[in-house]
Order: sequence, then C-alpha cells, then structure tokens
Amino acid sequence: MNINATLIGQSVAFFIFVWFCMKFVWPPVIAALQERQKKIADGLDAASRAARDLELAQDKVGQQLREAKAQASEIIEQAKKRGNQIVEEARDQARVEAERVKAQAAAEIEQEVNSVKDALRAQVGSLAVSGAEKILGASVDQNAHADLVNKLAAEI
Amino acid sequence: MAAETASGYIQHHLQNLTFGQLPDGGWGFAHSAAEAKAMGFWAFHVDTLGWSVALGVLFVLVFRLAARKATSGQPGCLQNVVEVLVEFVDTSVKDSFHGRSAVIAPLALTIFAWVFLMNAIDLIPVDWIPQVAARLSGDHEIPFRAVSTTDPNATMGMALSVFALIIFYSIKIKGIGGFIGELTLHPFSSKNLLVQAILIPVNFLLEFVTLIAKPVSLALRLFGNMYAGELVFILIAVMFGSGLLWLSGLGVVLQWAWAVFHILIITLQAFIFMMLTIVYLSMAHEDNH
Repeated sequence: MNINATLIGQSVAFFIFVWFCMKFVWPPVIAALQERQKKIADGLDAASRAARDLELAQDKVGQQLREAKAQASEIIEQAKKRGNQIVEEARDQARVEAERVKAQAAAEIEQEVNSVKDALRAQVGSLAVSGAEKILGASVDQNAHADLVNKLAAEI
Repeated sequence: MAAETASGYIQHHLQNLTFGQLPDGGWGFAHSAAEAKAMGFWAFHVDTLGWSVALGVLFVLVFRLAARKATSGQPGCLQNVVEVLVEFVDTSVKDSFHGRSAVIAPLALTIFAWVFLMNAIDLIPVDWIPQVAARLSGDHEIPFRAVSTTDPNATMGMALSVFALIIFYSIKIKGIGGFIGELTLHPFSSKNLLVQAILIPVNFLLEFVTLIAKPVSLALRLFGNMYAGELVFILIAVMFGSGLLWLSGLGVVLQWAWAVFHILIITLQAFIFMMLTIVYLSMAHEDNH
C-alpha cells in the first residue's frame, strides 16, 4: 500500500475517460433525450389541440343539427300551410266552378223555357187564328191580322 | 492458497502487483512487500491500473455503443439503461450545480459509472481473480488485487484530478486575484488595513485547510469504505480456510450477507464521490465572496 506513480497513471486515465465521455457519450445521449422530450411535448400539445378541435367540431355539429331540425320543421310547417292553402283554393275554385255551372245551367234552362214559351205562344197564336177561322168560317188574312195575332200571343 | 497462515493470507491479499525498478537496477515486478516499498514513487500497481483502465474502457465502450445508436424514438434495452443513468446524473448536476458547463455532467457520469464498476469487482469472491492471475502467470505467490478503489493511489489519483479541476475553474471564473482573495480575505475581514493584514494569515490557514480537505476527504472516504469492505471479505474468506465445517458454513452465510450489504455501499460510495465532485465544482464556479 505504497503511494507511487499509480496515482499519476490513474489521473491520466481519469482525464482520458472524462474527455471521451464528454466528447462521444454525453452529447448524443442527452440530445436524444431532449429530442424525445420535445417530441412528447409536441405530441401532448397536438393531442390537447385535437381535443379542443373535436370539442369545437362537436359544438358545430350540434348547432348545425339544431339548425337543420329547425329548418326541417319550418319547411314542414310551410308545406302544411301550403297544402292547406292548395286545398282551400281548390275548394274555392270548385265552389266557383259549381256556381258557374249552376248559373249556366239555370241560364240555359231559362233560355229553353223562353224559347219554348215563344214556340208555344206562336203555336197558340196560330191555333187561335185557326180556331177563329173555323169559328168565323172564313179565312183570316194571315198578314192582315198578324198584328192582332202577335198581340194575342204576347198576352198569353 | 498463497500463504498458509491467516495473517500471511491477509497480507498477500493486501499486496499489489507492483512494477518498478528492482534493487539490481533492472525493471520488473516486485517479489515481496518490502521490495515493492523499496521501489519508491516511480513504481506502478499494474493490477490497479489494469483493472481500472479495463473497467473504464468497458464503461466508455458500452456507453459509446448506446450513444451511437441513440434515438429519440423508442429506445432499446441498452439505451434505456444508459438513459436512466444519464438522466439521473443530469438531474443530480442540475440540482446542485447552477452554472452552465459542458464538463461537469459528463465528468459526474464518468465518475459514477467508473467508481461503481471498480467497486463492483469487490462482489466477486476475493480469491477468484487472484487465483486466475496465479494460474495464468504460473507464479502461485503473485500478489494481485482486483478492486482498484481499495488502492489509495487510485482514489487519490481521481481526487487530485478533481482537485485540479476545482483550482482550474476557481481561477477561470474568479481570476487569480479572486481566487487568492477567496483564500485570504475570508471568513474574517476588516475595513482597517492593518487589522486586515493581521487577519490574512488566519484566513489563509482556515481556507487552505478547507481547500485541501476536499481532495483528501474525497479520496480517503472512498478508499476507507472499500478497503474496509474488502478486508471484511478477506476475513470471511479466512473462515473457509479454517478447515472447520461449521465455521465454513457460517462463512458462506456471512459472505452472502456482507455482499448484499456491500451492494448498497458500492453504489452509495460511487454516488457520494460523484455528488461531492459536483458540489465542489459548483462551489468553484460560484463567485459569492
């Protein structure tokens, strides 16, 4: 257990190992460590960002869904209203049409009645004339008594 | 066994393989403790240097292997181990060292890993490595100590290297004047120049002892712990050589128990050496006087 030059040898070896460690061991390992730390931090950042994005997207989806629902119910409402309107219009139209047809029919009937009345009147006139002829026994001049006959027919 | 008696056995185990100048003037290995002592300062403990350098090379190679393949992606098995150590050292350095330095952290890692590996050889049963050395060399009396940190030369060598760094950084950060001022103008100071002049030697005495205590305590703490631990292992090993069955059985139990306890000591001593180095260098960097 003598103190001797082993001490110097040990010191030299010590400095060489420290130098080697400083140059070739420490920097790559610590660089890898730091890079991984950065990667993990970035990953966590990205994850929290993604979570926030997801939340935003979910909010947006909910909002859009609500809007769509509101729109849909509005459309349905409108459609119902429109349907009602169309039914109402059709009903009105039908009523008007029916009135019109009825009125037309009534007018036609009136006309028919009038023409029948006219024909009857004419026939009655001629019957009356022929009756009167028979009664008088003489012929009545058609043209001469036309006025009379017509007056008679109008009175019937 | 190298020696028949217990004391001879213990002495044999505490003898380093020393290479130096022999009494006849030639260079070679010392054959006895007295011869090793007679070699004086210019002699080398080949076993201490060989094991420490081999373990240091093992450390740098393994760590270099991991560092070359270091990826920021998923780390492999080796990289995981290395990263745990690097991160542990880095945290320790950041906790106690507040300056910025590219040297401190790798230095601390080297100290921790190297001292740990040298200490860990202590867990190998005390006779194995000397026996292998004896078989390989053919000389059954060859002294061989495998645990470098039980050699005060090794611990002193490292402590003095750290001490050199302490002086270097003290002067680099504070300048020569600042460093001398730190040694002489504290803890006692006075506005009066005459009083200050009287106080300077007192301060120097106190601060110089503080300064010298750093490497000495570093070296002796590690050496003392490891030397004592190895000595206990050797004493337990003497039990095996006793030839008594019950004593050998007790030795097995004690060997196991002491080895388990020693796992704590080798790690703790490596950690303390590293931590104190960081603290001392941190103090060298602080310009608070």
